[in-house]
Amino acid sequence: MIRVRDLGKRFGDLEAVKNISFEVKPGELFAFLGPNGAGKTTTIKMLTTLLTPTSGTILIDGLDPVKNKNDVRSRFGIVFQDPSVDGELTAWENMELHGVLYHVPRKIRIERTERLLKLFELWDKKDVRMKTFSGGMRRRLEIARGFLHTPKILFLDEPTLGLDPQSRNQLWNHVKSLNESEQVTVFLTTHYMDEADRVAQRIAIIDHGAIVAMGTSAELKEQTGTDSLEAAFLKLTGSAIRSEQASAADQMRQMARAWSNRR
Amino acid sequence: MSVIYILWLRALKHWARSPAQIVASFGQPLLFLIGLGYGLGPVFAKAGNGSYLQFLTPGIVAMTVLFSGAFSGIGLLWDRQFGFLKETLVAPVPRLHVMLGRTLGGATVAIIQGLLVFILAVIFGFRPTQLVAVPLFFLTMALIAVVCCAFGTAIGSRMENMQAFPLIMNFVMMPLFFLSGALYPLQGLPTALKAIVTVNPLSYGVDGLRGSLIGVTHFGVPWDLGVLAVVAAAFMVLGAWSFSKIQL
Repeated sequence: MIRVRDLGKRFGDLEAVKNISFEVKPGELFAFLGPNGAGKTTTIKMLTTLLTPTSGTILIDGLDPVKNKNDVRSRFGIVFQDPSVDGELTAWENMELHGVLYHVPRKIRIERTERLLKLFELWDKKDVRMKTFSGGMRRRLEIARGFLHTPKILFLDEPTLGLDPQSRNQLWNHVKSLNESEQVTVFLTTHYMDEADRVAQRIAIIDHGAIVAMGTSAELKEQTGTDSLEAAFLKLTGSAIRSEQASAADQMRQMARAWSNRR
Repeated sequence: MSVIYILWLRALKHWARSPAQIVASFGQPLLFLIGLGYGLGPVFAKAGNGSYLQFLTPGIVAMTVLFSGAFSGIGLLWDRQFGFLKETLVAPVPRLHVMLGRTLGGATVAIIQGLLVFILAVIFGFRPTQLVAVPLFFLTMALIAVVCCAFGTAIGSRMENMQAFPLIMNFVMMPLFFLSGALYPLQGLPTALKAIVTVNPLSYGVDGLRGSLIGVTHFGVPWDLGVLAVVAAAFMVLGAWSFSKIQL
């Protein structure tokens, strides 16, 4: 479903992603783990047509995201690291807008919106403006929205960041059940080892832009001679804390947070 | 088409759902109408130019459309901040359609705002002298709105955060307004000022509105509309191009 060969991305002097290769099978739940600044988000951006790779090839469902941008875009859904809903619109309107952007026929759009909002327990709040939603509710809507156009792949970039354990738990249950019922391939990144351990069938660990290990959770533990995924992760990536330069995006994030709290 | 429509509708919903902002946006035009319209009225009349409120109103309507249109374009930055922009950029639709929907939505809101300020001016004593020119009035407003909105989109596409906003306000928006002939007649201006006013697209918008509302024009209405149409087309291309270059 996803096939990546020798993929690289360079920003000036910085080699953010160095010649990585991996494959994700149809219907698989695949996790990308790595410390801050390891290249997870850069990789997702390249897979989802938002960035052009410097080198290497990507095939998404057999298509090249550089050449067939729109065909690739219609095949995946994505939940970004930062919120991407329109706070002034209601839950229903956000779904409607998404459906139109993805050319979902009206009748199917309405049916699926109802089904997904009920599944994600947002149906009662469908006419409430998103800006009054809690972080967990927004995230649920974003995931429901990602499924609306029946994508073949769902990308989740740290979807549980900042959520309480209840919301995280519930969110993964939904993702798992939709992965089974709709045969959606799921590509996720996270910082929480326990989540990756519980949810993902296969895990790749990325550090300094390169994949340092790949396999099932059990294989990774065996390979490193550790008894938990967290220990395996630390053994593979070291325990040094990564310094990440604050970018304009981080500043925006902070400001957006400050603003949304004021409401 | 449906993509353009839904994004246009979104802009209208955003506008209609923030009544506080709507009220706030009348503050400045109201001040200009009362403070300048009534305040400078006697001087203007003494100079033999008739009623200043009559002269000023088209300028203030143009100002409203200018600010409203340009802000909605720059509002792109707001969407970038709150993340919604990504949702539209990763969708399987041409970016041109996204840009068109946004721009037409912003332009529609700007026209509505301009119209409301016009009504306000009528309440304060402004009287249009020729009602036949109503379609002309709308056409001119629409052209100004598209110019400003596309211009704002071009700026908003290049800005990374709100820090440059005061800079744009003081060095782009305010000069566009003050050097446009919105506040004063263009006859007998110093050569340098006259040259600046002549290259400012908003001057033609103001002149077009004045021509259609009170039958007074400097450049001539056909010339106004022609210049505006050309500038609108150029800025649409510039805005669309800048928008297509956005990287996240």
